[in-house]
Amino acid sequence: MMRVPPFKYVAPKTIAEAARALRDAGPEGMLLAGGTDLLPNMKRRQQTPKVVIGLSAVKDLRASLRGADGAVTLGAGLSLTDTARSPLVADAAYRALTTAASKVATPHIQAMGTLGGNLCLDTRCNYYDQNHEWRQAIDFCKKAPGPHGTAQREVTHGTCWVAPGSPRCWAVSSTDTAPALVALGAEVTLVSADGERRVPVLSLYKNDGMDYLAGKRRDEVLTAVHVPALVGWRSTYWKLRRRGSFDFPVLSVAAALRLGPGGVVEGARVTLGSVASCPLEVTTDALVGRPLTDEAIAAFADHAAKPARPLDNTDYHLSWRKRVVREYVVGALRELRGDPPGLLARSAARVLPVLA
Amino acid sequence: MMDMPPKELHTLRVNGEALEVAFWPHRTLLEVLREDAGLTGTKHGCELGECGACAVLVDGKPVLSCLQLAVECVGGQEVTTVEGLAQDNRLHPLQEAFADLGGSQCGYCTPGFLVTAKAFLDERPRPTREELKEALSGNLCRCTGYLQIFEAVEQAAERMAEAGRAEEQGR
Amino acid sequence: MSPQEHEGGSAAGQHADAHKVSHTRGGGPGGAFNVVGKARRRVDGRAKVTGQTRFADDLVLPRMLYMKLLRSPHPHARIVKIDASRALAHPSVKCVLTGKDVPIPYGILPVSQDEHALCLDKVRHVGDPVAAVVATTEDEAEAALALVDVEYELLDTIADPEDALSKPEPRIHDYGDDGNVHKRVAFEFGDVEAGLAASDRVFEDVLFFEGNTHLPIEQHATLAAVDENGRVVVYSSTQTPHYLHRALVKALGLPGARIRVIATPNGGGFGGKSDPFNHEVAAAKAALVTGRPVKVSLNREEVFYCHRGRHPVLMRFRTGVSHEGKLQAMSLETLLDGGAYGSYGVASTFYTGALQTVTYQVPRYAFRGCRTFTNKPACGPKRGHGTVQPRFGQEVQLDKIAVALGKDPADLRLMQLAQAGDLTANYLKLGTIGLRECIEKVVEGSGWRDKWQKLPYGKGVGLACSSYLCGAGLPIYWNDMPHSGVQLRLDRMGGVTCFCGATEIGQGSDDVLANMVAEVLGIDPADVQLVTGQTDVTPIDLGSYSSRVTMMAGNAAIQAAERARDLIAGPAAKKLGIPRDRVAFQDRRVFDVEDPSKGLTFEEAIVVAEAEHGTLGTVGSYKPPQSPAKFKGGGVGPSPTYSYSAAVVEVEVDPATGWIHVEKIWIAHDIGRALNPVLARGQVEGSVYMGLGEALYEESAFRRLPQKLSRANVHKFPSMLEYKSPTTLDMPEVVTYIVEDPDAQGPFGAKEVGQGPLLPIMPAVANAVFDAVGVRVDRCPITPEDVLRALDDKAKGGAGRVGPAAFPAIGWPEPLKVPPPWEGGDGTAVNQKPRRSRPAAAGK
Repeated sequence: MMRVPPFKYVAPKTIAEAARALRDAGPEGMLLAGGTDLLPNMKRRQQTPKVVIGLSAVKDLRASLRGADGAVTLGAGLSLTDTARSPLVADAAYRALTTAASKVATPHIQAMGTLGGNLCLDTRCNYYDQNHEWRQAIDFCKKAPGPHGTAQREVTHGTCWVAPGSPRCWAVSSTDTAPALVALGAEVTLVSADGERRVPVLSLYKNDGMDYLAGKRRDEVLTAVHVPALVGWRSTYWKLRRRGSFDFPVLSVAAALRLGPGGVVEGARVTLGSVASCPLEVTTDALVGRPLTDEAIAAFADHAAKPARPLDNTDYHLSWRKRVVREYVVGALRELRGDPPGLLARSAARVLPVLA
Repeated sequence: MMDMPPKELHTLRVNGEALEVAFWPHRTLLEVLREDAGLTGTKHGCELGECGACAVLVDGKPVLSCLQLAVECVGGQEVTTVEGLAQDNRLHPLQEAFADLGGSQCGYCTPGFLVTAKAFLDERPRPTREELKEALSGNLCRCTGYLQIFEAVEQAAERMAEAGRAEEQGR
Repeated sequence: MSPQEHEGGSAAGQHADAHKVSHTRGGGPGGAFNVVGKARRRVDGRAKVTGQTRFADDLVLPRMLYMKLLRSPHPHARIVKIDASRALAHPSVKCVLTGKDVPIPYGILPVSQDEHALCLDKVRHVGDPVAAVVATTEDEAEAALALVDVEYELLDTIADPEDALSKPEPRIHDYGDDGNVHKRVAFEFGDVEAGLAASDRVFEDVLFFEGNTHLPIEQHATLAAVDENGRVVVYSSTQTPHYLHRALVKALGLPGARIRVIATPNGGGFGGKSDPFNHEVAAAKAALVTGRPVKVSLNREEVFYCHRGRHPVLMRFRTGVSHEGKLQAMSLETLLDGGAYGSYGVASTFYTGALQTVTYQVPRYAFRGCRTFTNKPACGPKRGHGTVQPRFGQEVQLDKIAVALGKDPADLRLMQLAQAGDLTANYLKLGTIGLRECIEKVVEGSGWRDKWQKLPYGKGVGLACSSYLCGAGLPIYWNDMPHSGVQLRLDRMGGVTCFCGATEIGQGSDDVLANMVAEVLGIDPADVQLVTGQTDVTPIDLGSYSSRVTMMAGNAAIQAAERARDLIAGPAAKKLGIPRDRVAFQDRRVFDVEDPSKGLTFEEAIVVAEAEHGTLGTVGSYKPPQSPAKFKGGGVGPSPTYSYSAAVVEVEVDPATGWIHVEKIWIAHDIGRALNPVLARGQVEGSVYMGLGEALYEESAFRRLPQKLSRANVHKFPSMLEYKSPTTLDMPEVVTYIVEDPDAQGPFGAKEVGQGPLLPIMPAVANAVFDAVGVRVDRCPITPEDVLRALDDKAKGGAGRVGPAAFPAIGWPEPLKVPPPWEGGDGTAVNQKPRRSRPAAAGK
């Protein structure tokens, strides 16, 4: 039986208490929301916090509402199931988010895992997401260079086996909801013992497998997600993985569009997930102001695929993943244009029977 | 050798009964159920949330007991395991159907499937096959190929609906 | 009747004759079936749905200790020094074992006794255990692993068969054919080169089948203890308690009577729990040392290190056909990546060439196989043992032949099916063959004639067939004894207890036993109390492998039950005042078949029988018929009969990405007779499922790091997450046809169903992909990457094929030449050296 190493457990009741507990714990402290990311990492000794601050009793983290301006606030402690089913985001504009949430891992993990937890999901790599014994057999790696989950930011040695000559870690951003929320123009609230601030989702991330959450200070709690009112928009989320469930994305495309009269694109946002250590936002200037023709989609897809840099540290061959980026961008835009779903759409963007 | 904090005595509600158990905060519900409460019906295949064998219900929702700290279930939450499905000596319709229709071969993944299916049918009494596949997509079975499992859940759903109708008429 | 009265130590032939009984009729009046063929809850169904089934890790004993194994981080290294003093100094640690504490080697096959409970002098793969730490809790045992200091001297890594062939040093083992070659075998049944030369067309194909693993959801676990009588008792999730018993006798140096092995119900096996494992031996030793119960429960990564999964096999087929597509001659070469230990590997090697002749008539056949040692967890038997990889190659090649000759692949097969009762070129005696009906069923059901080569681009159908053993004809170790034994105990309260060593791994072996006994005695299967898989209580059954339980334990159970019926029938007839041949057994009654109202309850009948005979008990046993193959190596492949399967797979392939979607599968399986149709269908669908995983997703891939920086050779992803077992959402609709062509060898005509239906899936998928987009993926799994590469290749004017380029030079030995029966052969090799002692295969 794989077991969690010992820790001191703290159970705050309010966001303020949680923020203070996190500050007090210092670098030895970590937040536990749904536990579906942290506990496996602890069992594999990738992360071994001495203090675990459990958020399950913080009711305010599950508060959601629609503001007067139509913008939606979702508590970061909302489960992924509840996120997917929230009436506040039932509109087709938010389909990228609800689809992404309902494609995380499995129904059990969606019921346990939280929206905030998914946004803070540790980056993943086939050299890193392994038991301690396995990592010993490769003499560990840059992201977890020591025998016992040494606190990551302080460590600068160790080899990145994905790219041994590289100074950085290439672990992959594997969150489903982040690319979706970036495409929806969402922001998050970060609360520390000193105060709170609100930042765009994209600014949380840095393209570095270890320092991937550079936009959030260690002592901050991600408490809420804010999605703007998206009148006239529609969105989608395409996820590449080998199986229909369980698997993390090895490529995702989140796309949001507003089409005006005559099918002219009035607004477009496209984000790639799981092809770098952070979500990659693609510039959409080429799409805006013209109809969404096959040619426009093809040209845009070529452009969008360029920054994707899959490496050999996830499922599937890296060159194939790179090829599929383009096809997924094409597919996602065609879906938003209203094309009937083809074979790829049926696996990548299968619209799930969301329960009432 | 290990730096263990002291165990604490907690009350868990399992299968409708209060259980007094002493455990460490780093123990998962899986460990407490199997090792401290003697409820070995709940299985484990990976302990990392990658197979679904350890699924139990917490307040009616299917969760993975291997990734659930037991200490987060001591606030009065109702835990249901496979041992809690039968009423007295009467098997749950899902249990009957799994046994009759080949839903269980080696039986190891069965408890996880049963509780997951129960939570699903409680919410969705007459599901489509597609919904059912989705609901059970977090449980791996290496023996059956799933098809007899689907049929078993569907038969159980029918039986439960019939029983519900009979009860209605009886009133 | 006591066990001593049973014929013991008789020659093979006599045994075979003793069992040439056709049980194709039921036990009820007029040969009607009481139980057989009726869809029914399995006898262990209730336990499994209530959580009452006690798997190995569910067992707890007072004062139990926990064991963890310290495993090698190096793929190949000499152990210089192990210092456990720091661990032993800790109060919660009760014992630390190293190789010198259990120095006697063991292994499943007599010819490869190359494993140690804990590595003695060197480690051979990442994960090889070097020490066992036993402590009061599992946490403490795990933590104390870090207190055992091991000094290693690293050796060069032998990563794959190419390495093994080109680098004889350093040798992974100091036995085997030479260097890092474990075993080479070569046979020729007729002049194949002449046959190829005389053929109108010769097709040559090189294909590769990647390794994969069983992935039972239950992780291996063992609980060992010293019982109140001082015996070692070992509860374990093993498919082969008898073989584990033998290994423990050897490795612990204790008499067999001082060791009890109890096979707990396996939470899935699929072949992965059929070897004696190091953790089992180490736990038993630790129990002996500490005098306390010791439990070891492996984690998932450790299960990947147990492995014994499907061998990666490179294969080359050269097949000659006539213009019409009739097979003239076939030559097959296979190269196996065996991993670090022998395991069943010699048998696996023979099996890669054993069954090419049992589906279609092959007039001349040559087979050469080579198994190499590499620094990876040992490969062994997985569902379809050794025959899966070449079946993939053969069925893909047949598809190519059909396309090249402009023939429908179904017709190409139908025109040359092997015939019931045939003796094949390699001297396999075939039983009934329902393959024609299987093909017809799937062709008709799938609409094959309207689909093959007729669906729009991107959609396609593929067909493939297969066959599998119904139990290996020879045991693992040479002996003349039965392969399966059953004892029945009948008591005056109406109880019937069936004792058998057969092991329930989910396949329904308990249900088969209850079914047979109930059928003969006219009682309900649920009335049969089963005691199985306990070496001190149950007669030996060799284990749940090679699809042998239904055939062998089933026949043994029938024999025991018929003897019980005979014991009851006489006194019952006397009591009823009727001739003995009018006694019938049905519905828990023993009655006059001509006047069913005249009868006794089953209990009353037992009472009169017990009064007449004394305590009632019978035995039954089974040994397969002797094979006509008399050449060395001919012991692998023979079986009392063979099952047959055919499948059609329909796929959709996205030409832009190579993405493969399996739309639907039609599978027909010739089972002889379905004893319990619910279970039969479950085995077929479960096989389809596992085959689909092998076809599309699953592989035991390994990773090397840049060799300038590291000698590492690690399993790429030893986890349930990254080893891709299909989910509910990946399982397509499956239409299952059970074809029943009762076989005289089988219990009530039954043949196997647990393995055979897996085999056609992978080639059918490959053939369907070709039909959809016109490219060949000559490797398995068939991935979208490969499909796209092949499409790219085709777009550039290439052949549109992805697969291995060539088969390496092996340095084959002179083949054993055995003329086929139709060329005057008698099953002996014309060039075989005189045998020193024993006949048949070294391997089996």
